[in-house]
Amino acid sequence: MESPILFYGLAFVTLLGALGVLLARHPVYAVLSLVAALFGLSGLFVLLGAFFVAAIQILVYAGAILVLFLFVVMLLDLRPDELSRLRSATWRGAALGLGGLLFWQTARVARTLPIPAGVQPVEGTVVAVGKLLFTTYALPFEAASLLLLVGVIGAVVLAKKKL
Amino acid sequence: MIPPVGPSHYLVLSGLLFAIGLAGAASRRNIIMILLSLELILSAANLAFVTFSKILGNLEGQIMVFFVMIVAAAEVAVGLAIAVVMVRRTGKSDADSFRNLKW
Repeated sequence: MESPILFYGLAFVTLLGALGVLLARHPVYAVLSLVAALFGLSGLFVLLGAFFVAAIQILVYAGAILVLFLFVVMLLDLRPDELSRLRSATWRGAALGLGGLLFWQTARVARTLPIPAGVQPVEGTVVAVGKLLFTTYALPFEAASLLLLVGVIGAVVLAKKKL
Repeated sequence: MIPPVGPSHYLVLSGLLFAIGLAGAASRRNIIMILLSLELILSAANLAFVTFSKILGNLEGQIMVFFVMIVAAAEVAVGLAIAVVMVRRTGKSDADSFRNLKW
């Protein structure tokens, strides 16, 4: 956590992308803003020393999940006015209030956070994370593959017109 | 001179991302945009996990992020399939118009 300028630049990109998701009128623009936000977030992960997570963030999120979003947005081909409809002002006010409250709480916790001193810094390289993933967390890892299989089959069963 | 950046900066950013995602999920009507805002919320949680992994000096937080990403991928695949089916059936993508299960 040495370079303030790098952090503030990446945080700016991330927040700009997130605001784009919140405010964009057209869903394609919202998806592309989320890509920008995820790239900024990936840079922040690199700053935090989580290299493996940063790489799969780009590969899985920006590469696979958001392409799926783009496919569906373009496949459904809805009218833009239908896609950008918002809830009533009461709902939006309540949403902003709740979000602000949560943010205030998080900021309060973050300010008074006890940070243990003298912690050995760890680097989330592929070797380190992979070693942990295939020894201590081997069973959750296999269960995750089963979950992905169920997800794939479920998506096909749901979206196919006739089986 | 800019003050040095500590873990609390990252946590505040994570809280801000979560708040934006929550506001998006609650204010949009379209089912796809709600799913997109949920992705933002999950990413905010991921940032907090990685930050705590750095603070506490162990890798478990990054393993957790890995699993969050897997669950998010499965959730998006099934959620978007459901959205496609709903739009095909009713021609609408408004989350409020799907109330067949409402008593």
